[in-house]
Amino acid sequence: MPKFILITGRTTGQGEALHKGKESDEYRQATGLVEMNHLDRERLASLAPQGWGEPGGGQRVRVRTAFGEAELELRESDLPEGMIFVPLGPAANALIGAETRGTGMPDSKGLEAEVEPLVTSPPKLGGIEGGIV
Amino acid sequence: MKIENVVCPFCGCLCDDIVVEVEDNRITAVTKTCSVSRSFFLHAHTGPAHPTVDGQEVEWPEALDVTARILADSASPLIYGLSSTASEAQRKAIALADLLGASIDSTSSVCHGPTTIGIQNQGEPTCTLGEVKHRADLVVFWGCNPAEAHVRHFARYSVSARGKLTPQGRKDRTVVVVDVRPTRSSRTADVFLQPRPGCDYEVLTAMRALLKGETSDVAEVGGVSVAQLVDLLERMKSCRFGVIFFGMGVTQTGGKYLNIAELLALVAELNAYTRFTTMPMRGHGNVAGADCTLTWQTGYPFAINFARGYPQYNPGEFTAVDLLARQEADAALIIASDPVAHFPRRAAQWLSQIPTIVLDPEVNLTAREARVVLPTAVYGVSAAGTAYRMDNVPLPLKKIVDSPQPTDEQVLDWIIERVKT
Amino acid sequence: MIGIINGEVYDPQNGINGEVRDIWIEDGKIASPPGLGGTGGGGTEGGQIIDAAGLVVMPGGVDIHSHIVGAKVNAGRKFRPEDHRDHVRSRTAYTRSGSGYTVPSTFMTGYGYAEMGYTTVMEAATAPLVARHTHEELDDTPMVDKGAFITMGNNHFIMKCIRDGQREKARHYVAWLLGASKGYAIKIVNPGGVENWKWGRNVGELDDEVIGFGVTPRQIVTTLAWINDELGLPHMPHIHGINLGQTGNARTTVETIEALEGHRAHLCHLQFLSYGGEPGKSIRSGAEQVARAVNEHPNVTIDVGQVVFGQATTMTSDGPLQYRLHQLSGNKWINDDVEGETGGGIVPMQYKRNNLINAVQWLIGLELFLLIDDPWQVFLTTDHPNAGPFFCYPQVIKLLMDREYRAEMLEGIHRRARKGTLLPEIDREYSLYEIAIVTRAGTARALGLQNKGHLGVGADADVTIYHKLDDKEAMFARPYLVLKDGQVVVRDGQIVREHQGRTLYVAPPYDPGIETDLRAHFEECYTVSFDNYPVAPEYLSRGEVIPCA
Repeated sequence: MPKFILITGRTTGQGEALHKGKESDEYRQATGLVEMNHLDRERLASLAPQGWGEPGGGQRVRVRTAFGEAELELRESDLPEGMIFVPLGPAANALIGAETRGTGMPDSKGLEAEVEPLVTSPPKLGGIEGGIV
Repeated sequence: MKIENVVCPFCGCLCDDIVVEVEDNRITAVTKTCSVSRSFFLHAHTGPAHPTVDGQEVEWPEALDVTARILADSASPLIYGLSSTASEAQRKAIALADLLGASIDSTSSVCHGPTTIGIQNQGEPTCTLGEVKHRADLVVFWGCNPAEAHVRHFARYSVSARGKLTPQGRKDRTVVVVDVRPTRSSRTADVFLQPRPGCDYEVLTAMRALLKGETSDVAEVGGVSVAQLVDLLERMKSCRFGVIFFGMGVTQTGGKYLNIAELLALVAELNAYTRFTTMPMRGHGNVAGADCTLTWQTGYPFAINFARGYPQYNPGEFTAVDLLARQEADAALIIASDPVAHFPRRAAQWLSQIPTIVLDPEVNLTAREARVVLPTAVYGVSAAGTAYRMDNVPLPLKKIVDSPQPTDEQVLDWIIERVKT
Repeated sequence: MIGIINGEVYDPQNGINGEVRDIWIEDGKIASPPGLGGTGGGGTEGGQIIDAAGLVVMPGGVDIHSHIVGAKVNAGRKFRPEDHRDHVRSRTAYTRSGSGYTVPSTFMTGYGYAEMGYTTVMEAATAPLVARHTHEELDDTPMVDKGAFITMGNNHFIMKCIRDGQREKARHYVAWLLGASKGYAIKIVNPGGVENWKWGRNVGELDDEVIGFGVTPRQIVTTLAWINDELGLPHMPHIHGINLGQTGNARTTVETIEALEGHRAHLCHLQFLSYGGEPGKSIRSGAEQVARAVNEHPNVTIDVGQVVFGQATTMTSDGPLQYRLHQLSGNKWINDDVEGETGGGIVPMQYKRNNLINAVQWLIGLELFLLIDDPWQVFLTTDHPNAGPFFCYPQVIKLLMDREYRAEMLEGIHRRARKGTLLPEIDREYSLYEIAIVTRAGTARALGLQNKGHLGVGADADVTIYHKLDDKEAMFARPYLVLKDGQVVVRDGQIVREHQGRTLYVAPPYDPGIETDLRAHFEECYTVSFDNYPVAPEYLSRGEVIPCA
């Protein structure tokens, strides 16, 4: 599976949606996505099962780090190649480890991640159940 | 009814020019807000009116008794959060921690805690936001994305704001963005530097060396060309008043507080050439206030423990993620934050293994794992109080609509009373 | 009713110098003796008698200048965890825990002052934009009555008024500002210099220009001194002069005193401003010159800012000074420029006996104490924590009262410093009466606090009772009893009862018409709205307005 550097962070979408409630569709959508450069996405599509990334085939991926995994909707963006971005939220939490190296701050950016294209399946809930450890 | 000069308590900008329209005790419209603030005000609906214990609705006295018992019976309780409540409530939370011999930590520990550690090493040349608005002709955003996270920052304080020496706003400023990826902020910049992830430390130390007159025998550092660094330094040395705003891009990666220490040292050293300052982009509306209240009452800004009867400070030992991930906390009181939504899974999970009490206006993700949920009024909407802006300017929050929920301050008072008996 | 009987009383405001007298207290105030035409509620029935035979009785201490609360102090606490780790205070059933040595946390500060017999403390500098923070912290500073001075010496509105020849408008602004910030007095710090620091510069002479305003430090000082008198404020303008810390600054200090032209003023931590010698050359004492000027100008009071060897944290609104200290010492540095108002900085410092400069600084402070004739003009401070922590006041008292101890300490300092000083020839020892003046009677009078610093009928019943010990440091470090508002709060140097003191402030009248100018000024100058700026009275859990003349 192709490897990437994972960055997490705030977005206005996530900020607006969180006031509608973290159980809301808007919040799930705003935090249940992962951004990737278009060239990387094309490479991923070439490894993916038939129909992935096509209209009707969905564009879901499993992102996995040493700490956990999450199923997310893939979006193209202006990232450099080799980098993916996930907004702050339950999915990002599944991917971040609790090791703080004595600072209190977990390693939240710059983690190594694998990305695997998935056949379409219903979105997973947020909270503890979001993603699989 | 129109209420003016309302302070939006959501993010560290604490914009205080919001106009809110209220009818029949409901917020019907807001103006001057950014989109996130708008969402905040219009969705600040009251959560549940009644507390719950183990998922069952109960009356307040019972919920408070259960809470007090949980806390009083625990050996190592953790009080965490604080960044979205007023300083008056924060002060009570600290009093409770003192009484219990608890650990107490704020969301700083996963945000600008590394900045605080950096400041403890290096100091901090800083200023209030008005100084940036009036004087800054060079504005650097390092590892932060205000266009998404502090939406009115550019307009009110740092980029398009018109000040005494910056009457043309944007035209009177050079904007530099340093980030590992292009963002909405970088697209508005005059100069965009894109280091490789985790290389801010190398870039900053290289800049300090170049500033001291060292020459480089490499062409690039951390993905940025030396020529670009030399150019940036020239701009920094020759500006009238420069500022570096910085965020999670440097606190959360690689060297963490070491990155910040380098940044702070660079800014201090630039003052030999011109006036240069820096400021962390504080995320939550009153996380700066949590730093302030914890510091004035205990001496320390986060990661505090009172088990010995006096305050002790140790990031890594008493920080919430560590206490939870190492399963050292045996009870938790979460106030005005949602660690289940924002903590690494391994730490968040422990909150459902120990008796957790939540004080929050909403039944947030943490509340869903909690034994006791105590619904409280939204600060800045149904609870008045004080909040501290990212530059530590304290502002008065108004109570705009009534709510059946008590304030955090009130609930904490009730808990303290019961724990004492 | 409470009677403190048989004590040796020192009450300089009422001329009492060690007489054995009884002090009576009722309803938190000093009262007439029972049955002597006073309120005397049935003698001592239901009351308390404290036998102070062989003990010394004084009014509670009044500290006229200390940095204990607010944005600057808190930044100092936050960045110095190393200051706190070995100096902690455990909680008790009725007191909170705390930590800190040069920058103690708020509860620790209040308890520490009370345990030392002080009952009123003035926070030396608050930027009005962040006055709300000061009041939140004052509310968490127990035991003592308190107030805050408001920095105005680099204020844009005031400088604009001076530039435009509108001192009446400035007067109304200052009156409004004091009420809005719930402040006690006008504070001036390096007038003009802090504004110039925002351009990377400073001022060096009273007639230097402030960049962007075209006014001078002299104009700022004289205008504010005039305003102070016009408003009838209880205290005088409290001035941290230009060139603090610079060799040769004794000259501009004397010039500043002369520039006042008879207006009342208080010059703070004057040790730091009494340096002789040539600029750029080594430090020498200018204390003689400055003391002479003070002796010749009865309209001026000073506090010394005595250096205490050991750890200190320098923290002032004097931005350029603090940068200089960072460059000289290499220690970590905080700077904070405050829009339209002031600035400041913080640098940890250590004063060493065998460091020539520190030794001379130490000597200069003592020389000021001993060369200024009138104790009503010279007050005991360490500019806490700039020259030393406040709980070292007893050590300073001992140096003033005991010339042998002084001589002993003198032996331990840098040899070259000993050469230039007048100190060995000065025999003067302060008496208990004079100590009472420089730590309470004089400070309260200079502050215009009519109910403090004395034990006459009607005064607040803030009383400290000391064991009469030969070792004056031990005597003043650990009072036997401290009463606050007529209640025993400290016994044998320990808090026995928590107490919430009052926050004292002034609210002089002003022309409401100035609001138009203020709104325009806020639009132009600030990033907060005019309506959100004033500190609401609710921030002061026990606020008390001190009337203006």
